[in-house]
Amino acid sequence: MNPVILYSVGVLALIAAGSAIILFLVAKKFKVDEDPRIGEVSEILPGANCGGCGFPGCSGFATALVKGADKGDISGLACPPGGNETMTAVGEFLGMTVEESAPTTAVVRCNGTKAKAPSKLTYEGPTKCAIAHTLFSGENSCPHGCLGLDDCVEACDFEAIYMDEETGLPVVIPDKCTSCGACVRACPRDIIEIRPRGRKDRRVWVACMNEEKGPIPMKNCKVTCIGCAKCFDVCPPVANAITMGNNLAFIDGDKCIACGKCIVVCPTTAILATFEPPKPKPKPVTEEKEASEVKK
Amino acid sequence: MKLKTFKLGGVHPPENKMTADIPVVPIDIPKRVSVIMSQHLGVPAVPVVDRGDKVKVGTLIGEAKGFISANIHSPVSGTVFKVDGVTDATGYRKNAVIINVEGDEWEEKIDKSDTLLKEIKLSSEEIIQRIKDSGIVGMGGAAFPTHVKYMFPEGKTADTLVINGVECEPYLTSDHRVMLERPDEILVGVSIMMKAGKVDRAKIGIESNKPDAIKILSEKAEDYPGVEVVPLKVQYPQGAEKQLIKALLNREIPSGKLPLDVGCIVNNIGTALAIYEAVQKNKPLIERVVTLTGKGLKKGGNFLVRIGIPAKNLLEKLGEEIPENTGKMISGGPMMGKAINHLDIPVTKGTSGIVLMSEEESKRNKIQNCIRCSKCVSVCPMGLEPYLLEKLAEKDMFEECEKEDIVDCIECGSCSFTCPSSRQLLDHIRYGKQNVMRIMRERRQQ
Amino acid sequence: MSNKLIVSLSPHEKGELSVEKVMWGVVIALMPSFAISVYTFGFDAIKVVLLSVVFCIGIEFLIQKFMLKSEVTILDGSAAITGILLAFNVPSNIPWWQLLAGSVVAIGISKMAFGGLGKNPFNPALVGRAFMLASFPVEMTTWPVPFSNIWSPATDAITAATPLGRLAEGGVKALGAMTDPAVEAVDYIDIFIGKVGGSLGEISAAAILIGGIYMLFKKIITWHIPVFYLLSLAGFSGLLWIIDPSKYADPLFHLIAGGAMLGAWFMATDLVTSPMSVKGQIIFAVFGGLLCGAIRIYGSYPEGCSYSILIMNAFVPLIDKYSKPKRFGKEVNYG
Ligand code: SF4
Ligand code: SF4
Ligand code: SF4
Ligand code: SF4
Repeated sequence: MNPVILYSVGVLALIAAGSAIILFLVAKKFKVDEDPRIGEVSEILPGANCGGCGFPGCSGFATALVKGADKGDISGLACPPGGNETMTAVGEFLGMTVEESAPTTAVVRCNGTKAKAPSKLTYEGPTKCAIAHTLFSGENSCPHGCLGLDDCVEACDFEAIYMDEETGLPVVIPDKCTSCGACVRACPRDIIEIRPRGRKDRRVWVACMNEEKGPIPMKNCKVTCIGCAKCFDVCPPVANAITMGNNLAFIDGDKCIACGKCIVVCPTTAILATFEPPKPKPKPVTEEKEASEVKK
Repeated sequence: MKLKTFKLGGVHPPENKMTADIPVVPIDIPKRVSVIMSQHLGVPAVPVVDRGDKVKVGTLIGEAKGFISANIHSPVSGTVFKVDGVTDATGYRKNAVIINVEGDEWEEKIDKSDTLLKEIKLSSEEIIQRIKDSGIVGMGGAAFPTHVKYMFPEGKTADTLVINGVECEPYLTSDHRVMLERPDEILVGVSIMMKAGKVDRAKIGIESNKPDAIKILSEKAEDYPGVEVVPLKVQYPQGAEKQLIKALLNREIPSGKLPLDVGCIVNNIGTALAIYEAVQKNKPLIERVVTLTGKGLKKGGNFLVRIGIPAKNLLEKLGEEIPENTGKMISGGPMMGKAINHLDIPVTKGTSGIVLMSEEESKRNKIQNCIRCSKCVSVCPMGLEPYLLEKLAEKDMFEECEKEDIVDCIECGSCSFTCPSSRQLLDHIRYGKQNVMRIMRERRQQ
Repeated sequence: MSNKLIVSLSPHEKGELSVEKVMWGVVIALMPSFAISVYTFGFDAIKVVLLSVVFCIGIEFLIQKFMLKSEVTILDGSAAITGILLAFNVPSNIPWWQLLAGSVVAIGISKMAFGGLGKNPFNPALVGRAFMLASFPVEMTTWPVPFSNIWSPATDAITAATPLGRLAEGGVKALGAMTDPAVEAVDYIDIFIGKVGGSLGEISAAAILIGGIYMLFKKIITWHIPVFYLLSLAGFSGLLWIIDPSKYADPLFHLIAGGAMLGAWFMATDLVTSPMSVKGQIIFAVFGGLLCGAIRIYGSYPEGCSYSILIMNAFVPLIDKYSKPKRFGKEVNYG
């Protein structure tokens, strides 16, 4: 055979062998030891990458789930947008039982509308709550109230929250809200809270974050919580859902039975609900009046 | 002679120093004062008095907490009414000691006489301790506790004391009046500071728009060895310490470092006076000079105000009302001051002036697209690119912001001032800077 | 006091400059050149400039009002500048519909399609001109003889060669005088004050210089770009001239002839399409000048100025990225 051909074949073979070795080494060096289950769990997750679970993206959460499963504990891990369905599916796949958690939604805890807390100042500057928050207490002078500059709306990936032009306050659409918590993190004043949606969508909450003593916030806002504790007094002992602190009432959404008693006793109507509250018992004065009218 | 100034960037806003010729008059003490416990940079002071306690002028009512903090003394004599929150300039509530005034009785140890005491009896360490005890903070606006500047970290020394008599903010004239009316006290104060910092030369920088102050201080300075008055070209922000040191000594503080790293201590003119009073007269920081001015006022004024007196008393003293078309009230100067909500706010150690602006002056112009005119780049005294930083900060691109040195921004506002498109450059840059600093802090903690 | 107080972050003081002031300042600076062109080409010059301005402003108005449905900002002066500059770059006898086409490209494609004022990477007037030159090469390079029929609309175009045209076609000999006394010499004074054929606004270097100095004085532009652009053009052509003066024209000729002056003072300095830092501006100008010289001397077009600027426009983002202003307190080593 022609030695040139032999020679070329030999060289080529050598090059091929060398390349193969290099490739092998590189592959070994850069091999990512990824548990195949991580990819499959990622498939089950919604893929919204919203960060609501507290991990960077869905794959980060999947990794955490797989690791948790290996340790035999995935409690405390939850995918807010996916809800119970997703978590059950993940649990089945990993062979773990998942506790059902009650569906939740974001709730805006400020009711200082343009009418109830009229603005006394004009803010000029970028439309960003985070910037206005560093500057001053707000156009209506409430240092705990909503600034109405859209940070939460901007943060939501699901178009579940919008700004009501008339009130100047954000409104959450519970059916679209995935409880991812992006708005909670965006709000510089911690006004938005993730709460259980409640049975039959009945929820009650204190729509105020003010921590000052009564008369001061009343100057700025007609519907502020003044910390009078009247709601605390009427909350049925079976629920015992209300706690007082920093001149502010807080209703624990997990304990609240949505009886609505607190709503009607609040002197400033600071408590809001998704349902019509029970009619207050007619006061004695009106009874007498009615009686006298009947007599006539 | 060519006047010294800093080289990079700078603007020249209209000076509007309308109150430069009006002598300082004291404000009458009202029935009640509110002394806020966080008048300085750093940790708020802790109240050490309670409801019903009797206090005299100069009694300690708030104690410094932590390294960067400052004592607070009662500016009046009377009874503590309560310790409670009061609304400060920005509408947030701050802890304050509220005192009902009775008479005007001073602590015995304070020397109330006017005699000039030139001889410095205390040692360097004693002076620093006295500065600390007297609650002295920078009087230029930022209110940084002064004693901290004199407690050098291991291995650091200073060779020059830089005194800021620049007053580069438009409108304000309080430092100017102090220089004209109390030159001797200032110069003794400067000598005391030189002793405290163990330096043998001091440079007082004054902008050339105050020729009378330059004249009187340079004449008197001849009697004080090592003290030199340097006239400077008018340019904003020459009062910023980095720019002032550059102008006076041609030293450039490296990014992220302090004046001490180039051998300098920087203090304000008002601080020099306060240190004189504290060291020679044993008088803590209980009053300061405040300018009240604005084009809508018939006549502004400069006032000697006890800390805690509401700003509206200055207006009453002038016998004027808030002008009808007032659009904005500013505590401090119009370039770096804070817009305030009302005039009930008490004067603090850092209040250099109150400026009232008409509605027309205060409204921002319509924001337009950036026309890439590069004006903001050319005026930035820190050599930053404000247009770029604004864009990055607006999109929350903090990593890129950090790479573009956003933390070097001194928030002088030259960029926003200049921008022909009225872009809100500094607003966004400040937001970006705060976030970058937060990220850097978190990183350090890890 | 009845009105609400305004609260905002500092600074509370605002400067004198505004977009309108900057833009109309440029328009004022263009007026001397306009005056010369009217003096030279008469009624035609007025017609072309007015038409071009009306086209540009009109197109911007239509796009903003009906296509983008955004705020109409035609009064900020930027469309007027584009209009004037576009007109300055064409012969005075250009047909109106070609001008309209040029305006559509300049405003519609080069400016509004990128997001309007401040967002366009290329100078709109130059894009318009480049488009017209490519589409209507004959009309764009047929210049009427100056002072031919001043106050009556030109009927038939009598072509006059521009100085640069003569150079490109006949080499340096065509410029006459120095090398060949038989050819009518090109008078530098004539070129300088504008007594030559050429595009409307390009002809008079003197008038452009007056406008440029006005802009410097008003702080609309800084001196870096025009000076470095012209210097580098002169340097490049000068070098070749020293090597072989019989083949290459001298640098002074290059500076005052053709569009170099207009380009250096009004097009390269266009705020939107030039770099932000002084360092970047110098790089931009130096390379622009070199390119201009190279295209003029080696290229097939007699004029290279507008292409050189367009090409450099493309590099602006890159230049901006790598030419940062000197930061305060960086790279210092004290103590
Ligand atoms: S409203 Fe808030 S919690 Fe709900 S989806 Fe939007 S960002 Fe997430
Ligand atoms: S709820 Fe918070 S984030 Fe949303 S608009 Fe109000 S202040 Fe801003
Ligand atoms: S505010 Fe910051 S970015 Fe703007 S000019 Fe001043 S230092 Fe530069
Ligand atoms: S000054 Fe304003 S318009 Fe000019 S480059 Fe800076 S941000 Fe843009």
